[in-house]
Amino acid sequence: MRAVVTVMGKDRTGIIAKTSTLLAENGVNILDIAQTILQDIFTMTMMVDIEKCSIGFDELAAKLDELGREIGLEIRIQHSDIFNSMHRI
Amino acid sequence: MINISSNEIVETIKMIRDEHLDIRTITMGISLLDCADEDCNRACGKIYDKIMRCARKLVSCGEEISRKYGIPIINKRISVTPISLVAAASKTDDYLPFAKTLDRAARELGVNFIGGYSALVYKGISKGDEYLLNSIPEALCTTERVCSSVGVATTKAGINMDAVGRMGRIICDTAKMSADNSSMGCAKLVVFANPVEDNPFMAGAFHGVGEGDCVINVGISGPGVVKSALEQVRGEDFGVVAETIKRTAFKITRMGQLVAQEASRMLNVPFGIVDLSLAPTPEVGDSVAYILEEMGLEKCGTHGTTAALALLNDAVKKGGVMASGYVGGLSGAFIPVSEDAGMIAAAECGALTLDKLEAMTCVCSVGLDMIAIPGDTPASTVSAIIADEMAIGMINQKTTAVRVIPAAGKKVGDSVEFGGLLGAAPVMPVHEYSSEKFIERGGRIPAPIHSLRN
Repeated sequence: MRAVVTVMGKDRTGIIAKTSTLLAENGVNILDIAQTILQDIFTMTMMVDIEKCSIGFDELAAKLDELGREIGLEIRIQHSDIFNSMHRI
Repeated sequence: MINISSNEIVETIKMIRDEHLDIRTITMGISLLDCADEDCNRACGKIYDKIMRCARKLVSCGEEISRKYGIPIINKRISVTPISLVAAASKTDDYLPFAKTLDRAARELGVNFIGGYSALVYKGISKGDEYLLNSIPEALCTTERVCSSVGVATTKAGINMDAVGRMGRIICDTAKMSADNSSMGCAKLVVFANPVEDNPFMAGAFHGVGEGDCVINVGISGPGVVKSALEQVRGEDFGVVAETIKRTAFKITRMGQLVAQEASRMLNVPFGIVDLSLAPTPEVGDSVAYILEEMGLEKCGTHGTTAALALLNDAVKKGGVMASGYVGGLSGAFIPVSEDAGMIAAAECGALTLDKLEAMTCVCSVGLDMIAIPGDTPASTVSAIIADEMAIGMINQKTTAVRVIPAAGKKVGDSVEFGGLLGAAPVMPVHEYSSEKFIERGGRIPAPIHSLRN
């Protein structure tokens, strides 16, 4: 199962490091990663494979949310189907 | 990025985070036809058991889908077979136990509304319908989550004016009986022309007899997203406006389709329809009125409003139809006054009147919705308001509805607070000239001819 992790907020050092460490610790494989500044907001999007994730989806989402709070950014994870269905016929 | 660009991802997240995009409701339709029993208690027992069995996982499933896709799913609801049909087999003239049974099941399952305390009387009133109509005020005022709807007109049958007369009185009685609660009972009561059998939205949802045993219908929302998209094309002509709305509606609907399919799979219940409605909420930025104003109207309700709404309604359908396998329900733009910050503002400053709202209902779904009128409005005037709206539905072969609240003790200029998604409504003036002798006539307005159309 593929999911999209997005990190949005004010740019600072170590965002990718912290996020990818958390993902690696839980068996999530990063397939692709992109970062841009959109409308003055730092935005990082990651396509991840959570097939081998050692914890449940809800727990992973909660951990990412918690990390986001710690570093003052919004981190969310969503099943990739929502983007596929909205943007691809 | 594989397949999807960052921009697209951010666009979706912005819709959800900043523009109030959500799935308004996952509604499970449940047939209660097999629960009819000559013993009322036994019938209620069967109804309770069946609802609990079918919808056991509805709320938890909705929450799981919401977390998986990161999209809010605001309501999980249930619609059932019109109770007048189910209860007619029981040897009782007191239908309150049926309402209480529905309320109890809804409360225990954690769904906020259950629709289907309903009767279809567009041609005649059977004994079961009679008992149900009699019980509506008390049923709505002694339960919390039960919603009631009554079909009094169709294009094929005409308008049952006896039923229209009754409904005026029932609405007034319900308002008085729930006077200490902002006449809240009336917010849970809808009168329909051409009612649809697969509507997922409350208060008018019921599970029609042409439906299967159990089905999942999904209602989407997203006025804020459409408004925001139109902000990007200010000053462009109407071709661009229509195209922009269509594209946005397509995206919104795709999400509804995804959620509907997922809910259907997880609950192992067939997928019915996606209802392509723009359903506003009282939150600023989630308003249909503001979309119309974005098109260039100073205030919703001024000249041009009907044309703007016609374009919006049509473009939403055109964009949404291709995004979903099955489209149904009410599908269009809703204009409930109390639930729409822009409508409230327009009504308060006098730009939006009842007469203009009536004209607007000719070109959109659904009707005169969540409108507070003075508490001393005569029942015959309420009936006449209903009759006008039913005539629009009957002649134009569309669903129309009336959900008005004669707010007990309130007069024009006051405001009624319903709370939550139901919002707050300014009390709007009605015409003071009497319609009493018109309503007293009773009988039926015959079905219209559909040739020689002018």
